[in-house]
Amino acid sequence: MPIVQMFHKELPPDKIQAYKFALWIGMASIIMFFAAITSAYLVRKPVGNWYEFKLPVQFFYSTILIVLSSVFIENAYKSMKLGNENRYKLNIVFGTALGLAFIVMQIISWKVMVSTGLFIDLNVSVSFLYVISGFHALHVIGGLVVLLISLLNAFLIEFQPDPMRILKSNLVRQYWHFVGILWLYLLIFLILQ
Amino acid sequence: MSSSHHSHKETDILIEKQGFDDHFHEHHEGDKYQTNFLFKYIFSMDHKIIARQFLMTGIFWAIIGAAMSIIFRLQLGFPDESIAWLKPILGKWIIINDAGMGSLDPEFYYALVTMHGTIIVFFVLTAGLSGTFSNLLIPLQLGARDMASPFLNMLSYWFFFLSSVVMFYSLFLSTGPFSGGWTAYPPLSALPQASIGSGAGMTLWLVSLALFVVSVLLGGMNYITTVLNLRTKGMSLWRMPLTIWAFLVTAILALLSFPVLFSGFLLLIFDRSLGTSFYISDIFINGMALDRIGGSPILYQHIFWFLGHPEVYIIILPAMGLVSEVLSVHARKPIFGYRAMVYSILAIAFLSFIVWAHHMFMSGVNPFISNFFVVFTLIIAVPSAVKVFNWISTLYGGNIRLNTPMLFCIGFVSMFISGGLTGIFLGNSAIDIQQHDTYFVVAHFHIVMGVAAFFGMFAGVYHWFPKMFGRFMNETLGKVHFWITMIGAYAVFGPMHFLGMAGVPRRYYRFDSFEAFTGFDDMNKFITIAAIITFFAQIMFVVNFFWSMYKGRKVTNQNPWGATTLEWTTPIEAGHGNWPGKIPSVQRWAYDYGKDGIEFTQQHVPLREGEEHSSH
Repeated sequence: MPIVQMFHKELPPDKIQAYKFALWIGMASIIMFFAAITSAYLVRKPVGNWYEFKLPVQFFYSTILIVLSSVFIENAYKSMKLGNENRYKLNIVFGTALGLAFIVMQIISWKVMVSTGLFIDLNVSVSFLYVISGFHALHVIGGLVVLLISLLNAFLIEFQPDPMRILKSNLVRQYWHFVGILWLYLLIFLILQ
Repeated sequence: MSSSHHSHKETDILIEKQGFDDHFHEHHEGDKYQTNFLFKYIFSMDHKIIARQFLMTGIFWAIIGAAMSIIFRLQLGFPDESIAWLKPILGKWIIINDAGMGSLDPEFYYALVTMHGTIIVFFVLTAGLSGTFSNLLIPLQLGARDMASPFLNMLSYWFFFLSSVVMFYSLFLSTGPFSGGWTAYPPLSALPQASIGSGAGMTLWLVSLALFVVSVLLGGMNYITTVLNLRTKGMSLWRMPLTIWAFLVTAILALLSFPVLFSGFLLLIFDRSLGTSFYISDIFINGMALDRIGGSPILYQHIFWFLGHPEVYIIILPAMGLVSEVLSVHARKPIFGYRAMVYSILAIAFLSFIVWAHHMFMSGVNPFISNFFVVFTLIIAVPSAVKVFNWISTLYGGNIRLNTPMLFCIGFVSMFISGGLTGIFLGNSAIDIQQHDTYFVVAHFHIVMGVAAFFGMFAGVYHWFPKMFGRFMNETLGKVHFWITMIGAYAVFGPMHFLGMAGVPRRYYRFDSFEAFTGFDDMNKFITIAAIITFFAQIMFVVNFFWSMYKGRKVTNQNPWGATTLEWTTPIEAGHGNWPGKIPSVQRWAYDYGKDGIEFTQQHVPLREGEEHSSH
């Protein structure tokens, strides 16, 4: 752990924990990234030469998976706070598994698209869908790596709901909800378009 | 001056008495990583070392970027002179004809122009400027032990380093570095077959800048978190020095705009390698029609300038912050209009996001939409003018020390005014029909954000050199450096306004086939000679810099300039954690100069009996 953090753990109560704040800033820059891509979509679409097609239904299945996953991760965090070890383990296992399932479902969606002839270079509209869902998936994978570490820690390290672990659990939870909500936004955006 | 100084001892005693005890030194891990050379100087997590790493890398790139400009200036000033003598350095890019006359390969001319822009804008004036001073000053001036995450901070430098290595490598490709302009517009950037630099050169350019964006984001995240969360006791936002305000807002701008650039680059990468058509449409290469349809090159321009415009403020705001601080210290006066300065930084930052299309007036955007961008562009003149008036008012009636850092501050104000005024011409979409893509634009942005930002950086380097290296830079060399640079910069960029008003286009290899521009040969010669002289003055600065690191006059006083801010309360050679004992707590704002007849009072000194807080 970075040295300085240890000393700033006991911050005055009116200040936000620095890690949490840094995460929010990171989220802000991720939001800007997707705002840019979706704006590019909006700017590009009215220019014409735009191939219309239906979203593969698998994207809706994956949405259910990531929402469920968020519910489990939320429960995991609550269990950590309450000091309930077994419930924490159970929830983190299900949350992570559903996160993995989300990625698998996204891959299935792309395969379905390819099998129906929707290649990435067919038309800009198709390219955009791959770019949007693909880069979202990358952000989810980033979160999954952290979830897998939490999962390992849950079974390898002694369960100690001290402030630092609660904080870490909270950071994981916030980021995971964030990528979930981000997916909802992107899906609704794509449906409306 | 010395009579009003708090001696070392007094400062230390005061910090022990009033300071905030965070028990830093009770944890013996605190200094552990500084045990060997590798972790002390190379993979350092100490913000003061990282600042110096950014500065050294910035200097390296500045020399390369400036040298490139000298080479293409030789081409522009003396197109008929042989430059065969450059063959040992540039190799095959110097074409020698049968008569033994060496000339610059036109393709490489474009590569030089492109690399000059990329290097100076990103590697020198973004990483070298805000990387150096945000790192050095944010923890020191806020009374923090280090950044919020020293590890991410270290990564931020090393991503910049990697990015630098990739870009440097691209200079040596047999097909040359990217040559489509620093803005990397498609189709030159999107189609590898478009020009020789569009292949491997462009690929490496993109890889390098992607790494660079990562560096900026890691750094910026750290700067913002540190400023908002790790201020010492008593350091409210309104007591922060203007440097910190500038770095904070700069980091916010970077975090909001660089991801957008990144997304634009990603779409470009898709176009280059996966056959998508985000930016490409209906294009012929060598008479062959490509099957790429449906893209829009204007889309790239929108995305690029959504970063590109905030980027110029990412460059100039830190310089403004440094100048505000140094100007006040050496005028021995509080900065005039402190709050107005902060509000204008915020206003400039906000406006910077809604003016990007003024870079695109001639690209075919709707003229009605242009009006919107004209209005907001011109409104930027208001906060900019507020800042200029405040700098001048700070100087007015000051007890001015005309030393090198102060000279560069005044030079900055001069440059910012000169370059700012021409911005009003260019921001107007009607006048821009004549001026766009001419030397008028080149003159404008070099003065207002190139030279001015360098002046801010020089002011900062001369002023904080004692803090970084415990020695002073040579003052005589410094003054010579200033005067040559000041006069040289005006001599280089002043005449360019005339070229531009006559319609001479930028980025052209030579002008002798244009009847209209033949009258400017002597002017181009003059500009080139001025540029060469100015370049050698910068080499002198570099020599002074490294000489002074080892041989400069030693700093004997903790607070050599008699400044008020907290960085001057640390020991001359500060270890990790910055303060050997407690961290100072802050009792007053950052600009108590000449108050109640006392020359200056440092921020950690409690109010005297009967004294009231300075109103600001």
